[in-house]
Amino acid sequence: MTSFLSSNAELVITVVKIALLLFIVLTVNAYLTWFERKVVAHMQSRWGPHRVGPHGLLQPLADGLKFLFKEDPTPAGADKFVYYLAPLLALALALTSIALIPFGPEPLPWKFYGKAIYLGIVSPDVNIGILALFAITAMGVYGVALAGWSSNSKYPLLGGLRSSAQMISYELALTMSVVGVLLMAGSFNLKQIIEAQAHHPERGIFGWNVWPQILGFFCFFVAAVAETNRVPFDLPEAESELVAGFHTEYASFKFAMFFIAEYTSMITVSCLCSILFFGGWLSPFPASWTFTHYLPSVILIPFGLWVILDGFRYETMFGRIILPGVGTAIAGLGAVFVLLPNVNEFIQAPFWLLSKIFVFLFVYVWMRGTLPRFRYDQLMAFGWKLLLPLSIVNVIVTSFVILARMTWGAK
Amino acid sequence: MTAPLVVFFVLAALAVIGAVSLILQKHPIHSALSLIVVMVALAGLYLLLGAEFVAAVQIIVYGGAIMVLFVFVIMLLNAGVEEHTNLSKMAGAPGLLLVVALAGFVAATIAKSAESVHAAPQTGELASTLGISNMIFKDFVYPFELTSFLILVAVLGATVLAQREKS
Repeated sequence: MTSFLSSNAELVITVVKIALLLFIVLTVNAYLTWFERKVVAHMQSRWGPHRVGPHGLLQPLADGLKFLFKEDPTPAGADKFVYYLAPLLALALALTSIALIPFGPEPLPWKFYGKAIYLGIVSPDVNIGILALFAITAMGVYGVALAGWSSNSKYPLLGGLRSSAQMISYELALTMSVVGVLLMAGSFNLKQIIEAQAHHPERGIFGWNVWPQILGFFCFFVAAVAETNRVPFDLPEAESELVAGFHTEYASFKFAMFFIAEYTSMITVSCLCSILFFGGWLSPFPASWTFTHYLPSVILIPFGLWVILDGFRYETMFGRIILPGVGTAIAGLGAVFVLLPNVNEFIQAPFWLLSKIFVFLFVYVWMRGTLPRFRYDQLMAFGWKLLLPLSIVNVIVTSFVILARMTWGAK
Repeated sequence: MTAPLVVFFVLAALAVIGAVSLILQKHPIHSALSLIVVMVALAGLYLLLGAEFVAAVQIIVYGGAIMVLFVFVIMLLNAGVEEHTNLSKMAGAPGLLLVVALAGFVAATIAKSAESVHAAPQTGELASTLGISNMIFKDFVYPFELTSFLILVAVLGATVLAQREKS
């Protein structure tokens, strides 16, 4: 046993990490649906889910069970093989892209049979990180397009066609908008892209790529939202025109797979936005402000206490037991960070990355609660006539500035 | 067998199966899907050779952009199962002969140069992003620019053809 572990340490670490990441991503996905419904509901002066469990917190569990037990019909005349392949493809590709994201610069403080354990499935030193991500995104179209085609039904076909056209159009802008960042970092490596934003540690938030690359960020974010088929670019599933678009004929867990794929790509895009433009795991404060390292605790402890207080006032008995328990756990975590400086130091990087990802996920939901859907011709005109030229201008300006600095030596 | 060799044989088998299935499938979408399998398997082979950049570009350009366009057109035209005319059925016999001839030629070439194939070095530095950019933008910059010009001409031609009805 020991010899097996020591000779295959790398393999064991990877498999365990994959299982862990799958569990975390799927759980986060489930609670993302809860978060989205809650936030959109409050924006529309409603309560959102609050029947199943305290504050509706068990709603995702109920939804998941419902997906598993629903009847799963296959439409007559569907191309069976492609019909079953499409959701698998969508989900597999979405989950694969998460595997390429590094969640922290340092390996865990302890080793497993001499092998370092990094946060994230592949080590942060993959040289083609961002390219590999784009490769997976490029393949992602097939899930939606094939689902629409294989259902043998007119609304899904229209949805599939729309999504292929949309993804081809916006992929160009998506790729071009990142070139500016790549030029500034001089690498495809996600870790080096983040480190390039820390050249001046004292600048903190003002050293991030988003300031010189504000144009690139605008193009990237818009194109990325379009790539994930989210509001206001959700034409492939426009429910007022196409029933449910490409997944009209999918029921039960096959539908859930498309759903999970969509939310997973939202997480990936949020990761990419944070890494490329918002400094990834870098703190927004100057490096000398070490007191900001207590920020995780400062946020977690009051939040935990608030959850405890709220729990005591909750109307159902179940909530009055569960919520204070959850609150104690959150506050306890905050207290651990205060008491153990080593742990606190280690979680700084993941804490900032996760906070930024959370902010972007909120923006996604916010947009869904705010913006109306594009019309199809508006969508095409916006992609080809505004985003693509803007991102090309961004590349040209960035290259000239970099060239000028190299020639006349600003630094 | 070492791990890279196993991966090589899996990918090679995938590529060959995909290519055969591309020809044998009746429906255009299935053929297109088989072609995607070939493209991705080839990308895997490039990765195995240490050509990371080429592998990623292979998937982005061929697996992604070009094949999506194929699938899109097939879906848009709603192309069904291919119809066979007498002539296309007759084309099978000479085609088979050609296949045998080509296979023999390739096998002979490989057999002749077996040693140099074995000795082929890992691509290494030359295939890195830096090496490729140096080649494209320094050593071969004129052929590269000429190719881009050719593509531009093709794009202009397509635009003119698409707008023909207006004039």
